[in-house]
Formats: sequence, structure tokens, C-alpha cells
Amino acid sequence: MARVLINVPATAKRGSVIQIKTLISHIMEPGFRPGADGNIIPRDIITLMTCKYNGEEIFRADMYPAMAANPFVTFHTIATESGKIEFAWTGDNGFSETASANITIE
Amino acid sequence: MSTMANTNATRRELLIGAGVTGAVMLLAVRPAGATPETMRAAIRSVVGEAAVKTGKVKLDIPPLVENGNTVAMTVTVESPMTAKDHVKTINIFNERNPQPNVARFHLGPRAGKADVSARIRLSDSQNVIAIAEMSDGTFWQHEISVIVTLAACLEGNL
Repeated sequence: MARVLINVPATAKRGSVIQIKTLISHIMEPGFRPGADGNIIPRDIITLMTCKYNGEEIFRADMYPAMAANPFVTFHTIATESGKIEFAWTGDNGFSETASANITIE
Repeated sequence: MSTMANTNATRRELLIGAGVTGAVMLLAVRPAGATPETMRAAIRSVVGEAAVKTGKVKLDIPPLVENGNTVAMTVTVESPMTAKDHVKTINIFNERNPQPNVARFHLGPRAGKADVSARIRLSDSQNVIAIAEMSDGTFWQHEISVIVTLAACLEGNL
């Protein structure tokens, strides 16, 4: 299980723009480095991150080996309704992780 | 080697010949990686034949990076982010990493503002380009030059 840290404001004014910060622990092995035995270490990265707000996709990121280890991504969205913001990551070797946060609109 | 075959070759000619061969071998063993050409090709695969204009996009990376393994990067795009006029994607490319692509962020009118941050890897001092695709089909870019003192993990490869 990968550790995930998410920062979504617990409450927000309707229509305001909020910042969402995400951090997930992952080695993000680029697949170009030689290991101790001299062979190239195979690629192992997160390739896709998605964010849904009450079921509707608001942000998606395609990642390549040039993303740093433990991908940290921040973005913004408009606080429309109270509800759930869901995050999902998928990657090499069947990697899959989800997380969610609740937001209340005042 | 042709110079070796020439029995009349002087010492000087032999030395020049050896030097040229050595230089050619040095060029041949350079690792295959992204070059400005492969970056242009990667950009073409995203923008197609559309012209890429400079402006609207602001790519923010410190000009002097100490550690290429984690480089904080922020991209902002001037856009009202309405249903009619918004940023569809933000694409990040580099010149000298093993691959030209860094990331692609998909946004929409629900984003409120086009402002995305991430941490990336840079294997060398190089130019980094952010290209934004707008909902009206136009592309805007910002290219900056970054100096990296400690390259991202490619030990043994250079």
C-alpha cells in the first residue's frame, strides 16, 4: 500500500477556487538506471492520476519517468457542491491506489 | 584502420588518424537520450501542424537547480477558464532527459484557474518547455533554461 497525503480544504465558500495538494509514496523507477549488478532496473512508475469531484472528472495527469519520486501534484478546482473528491493512481506492475476527501460548502 | 594499412604513413599521419578514430568512437558511445530534435518530435505529436505561439503560459522553475532528482515546477496559464474558453491540457517537455516527455495535465472549466505544480527530474542543464492547449485549438508555450548542478539518477550511463 502506498502512503497518500491529500490536502483539500474541509470547508469552502460556494464558487470559490480551492487548491488541492496530493502526495503519494512511490519509487518512480525511471527504467534507465543500472542496478548493482550492472543491469538496467526495469521501469516502475505511476502513469496516470485522476481526480473526480462527486463523480465528475476535474483533473487528470499523465506521468512519465521524468516525474520525481513520490509524485507531488497540486491543482485547483471550483468548490461547487458539498461532497466527495476522489483520487486514483494507476501505474506499472498493476499499481493501483485510491483516496478520497470530503468537502463541505458553506 | 586505413592509416595502419599504409606502410608509408609517417608518425604524424598515424597520430592524426588515431585521434580521428578516437573522436569518432567517443561520439558513438554517447548514450541515446532526448535531444532538441526528439523534443521537437514529441511536441509535434501533441500539437500536430498547429503553430505554437509564445505567451499566456508561465513556466516557473528555479534557474539554478541543485538537485535534479526533485525540481519544483509550477505552470500557470492566463485563461478565464470558462466553458467557452479554457485550458484543455498542459504539456511539459525537456531536451536532455532520456525521454522528452515529462507530464501532461488535463484540465477543464471546472479547474477554476490553470495553475498546476509538480516535482520533476532533470538529468542535465537544459531547456524545459510548457505548452498549453486551449479549448479554441490554439497552442501557447513558454521555454526556459535551467542549470542543474547534480543530475538526476543516471549514474553509470554518462
